[in-house]
Amino acid sequence: MSAELQSSQTPWTRMLASNAWSRRTLRQREELIAYLLVSPWVIGFLAFILGPMLTSLGLSFTETDLFTLEFVGLENYTKLLSFDTTRTLFWTTLYNTAYYVFLSIPLTISVGFFIAMLLNQNISGQPTYRVVYYLPAVIPGIATSLLWLWLFQPEFGLINWALSLVGIEGPRWLFDRSTAKMALVLMSVWGAGSNMLIFLAGLQGIPTELYEAATIDGAGIWRRFRSITIPMISPTLFFVVVTQIIWSSQVFTNVYVMTEGKGGPANATLMMVLYLYQVAFRQYRMGYASAYAWIFFLILLVFTLVLFRSSKAWVYYETEIGGQRS
Amino acid sequence: MSGAAVGMGSSRASIERSRRTQTFIIHAVLIAGGIIVMIPLAWMLSTSLKPPHQITKFPPIWIPDPFVWSNYVRAVTIFPVSFVVFVRNSMYMSLMITLGTVLSNAVVAFAFARLTFRGSRVLFIIVLSTMMLPQQVTMIPLFILFSKFGWINTYNPLIVPHFFANAYFVFLLRQFYTTIPRELDDAARIDGCGVIGLFLRIMLPLSKPALGITAIFAFTWAWNEFLGPLIYLSRMETFPLAIALSFLRAAHGVLWSELMVVSFIAMLPPVLLFFVAQKHYIQGIVITGVKG
Repeated sequence: MSAELQSSQTPWTRMLASNAWSRRTLRQREELIAYLLVSPWVIGFLAFILGPMLTSLGLSFTETDLFTLEFVGLENYTKLLSFDTTRTLFWTTLYNTAYYVFLSIPLTISVGFFIAMLLNQNISGQPTYRVVYYLPAVIPGIATSLLWLWLFQPEFGLINWALSLVGIEGPRWLFDRSTAKMALVLMSVWGAGSNMLIFLAGLQGIPTELYEAATIDGAGIWRRFRSITIPMISPTLFFVVVTQIIWSSQVFTNVYVMTEGKGGPANATLMMVLYLYQVAFRQYRMGYASAYAWIFFLILLVFTLVLFRSSKAWVYYETEIGGQRS
Repeated sequence: MSGAAVGMGSSRASIERSRRTQTFIIHAVLIAGGIIVMIPLAWMLSTSLKPPHQITKFPPIWIPDPFVWSNYVRAVTIFPVSFVVFVRNSMYMSLMITLGTVLSNAVVAFAFARLTFRGSRVLFIIVLSTMMLPQQVTMIPLFILFSKFGWINTYNPLIVPHFFANAYFVFLLRQFYTTIPRELDDAARIDGCGVIGLFLRIMLPLSKPALGITAIFAFTWAWNEFLGPLIYLSRMETFPLAIALSFLRAAHGVLWSELMVVSFIAMLPPVLLFFVAQKHYIQGIVITGVKG
């Protein structure tokens, strides 16, 4: 085609034609470059995410250590989900993890939100407070765990000393099956500062005109909070809830360090990922562990989807009325 | 508001007074909370410097008498392998992961932010959805794969995947790139810049803050990483600090001052980084958190 065009007579048309040609190749070349630039992610996705996920699904129908492999059909799943609790620890780990997640999330979110609300009141020294409250979130999990292990120490620990000041005899915390999980929950509140930062950013994004207009219309503090702050912060809240559920259900380092990898006492702190680790990398039952990992993944997926579905009912997006704003 | 709403001088004074009490209460609550947050850290430092008999004193002693600085020497020499090796391992792992993260994500995020190509929307949705994926579901096949490569007891399984971009950072950087005005692209194009030139000469220099945030986050997370090293590293000479600490805990359960010493040392790099770069830190969280 280009040869045909080049044979035409006037230099003018030739120039136009070659211009169109080079523009088209430019666009094609750019698309090629774009694919080249995203290729690291695509390769990583196939090699380190999609491929392993499918492999893990396949493995879940087998019993395998690193050297032998035997097809067992659905046996791993039926064993795991069996209601005979002498045969499976699945329900124990699910209960422990759910206990941890559903107590620690409301606590860390409300504490984080409360501090963010206080900091948002035009308070001097805000940067200092931010640093102090966020600090625990950057400390390595291993250091946090060892520190809290020491704080929860029943005889000489600081927490039981503080309780003794108000006349309470502290429990044995991590050594008692009825308080061990609660100790982990309390410890998670120390890290509420990361939620605080996200909420603070969300609060600062709310236009002050909204509050001013509402005040002129005679709305009190509670009314402004209910009708402006809550709806305007709901997208942030949604983000925090989703990421926290995914993140805190994977709790591992704390329990591993504080219970020496056992999840004791009497499996009271045996969390899902800790059990997965034990089965896969202590007992080398890779097939069984894969089935377990898939069940774990599906539970999280269902939760996330339900949250996304429900978000239409309680998350307020400005675009719904604003049209152009986003 | 101030002019119209406040009529008489006396009511203005009372509003002023109630505002001052309010500010006072807020500061009181925030300071109390801040003290509660900092007490465990003070306790860590205090324990790390105590002579043995003061550690188990009840009620507790806050200020060690005398300060036993030799705890620090004893704690770092308690391991069969030199402590320097652990620090070096952690540094090597964290810096390599940071390098891979910054390089790969800068490029991938640029393509998603600025280039038009077929399937880009679908691909980006897949990128975002992988953020929701728990890594445990890929952990076992990856372990089998990497052990087939002979990568057990090396840092490759922990480092190499980070050279292939990651959903969180692609999202963070793309958000940042989109704030750079398009007019700059057009100007660069008119001056004869190609796509690569646009990326290298315009986008990269302008996105230094976001790349800095990426590097800081990547380093901190890599430094704090626990499960990965636990799975892949079993020889003590290969341990990063986190695993060495967990070994100390398992081997000598209740040496509290030694445990607090090494915990304190292990938390220094991310904490110092946080202090130095706190503005960037907060900006990074704002970019990804609010519009998420």
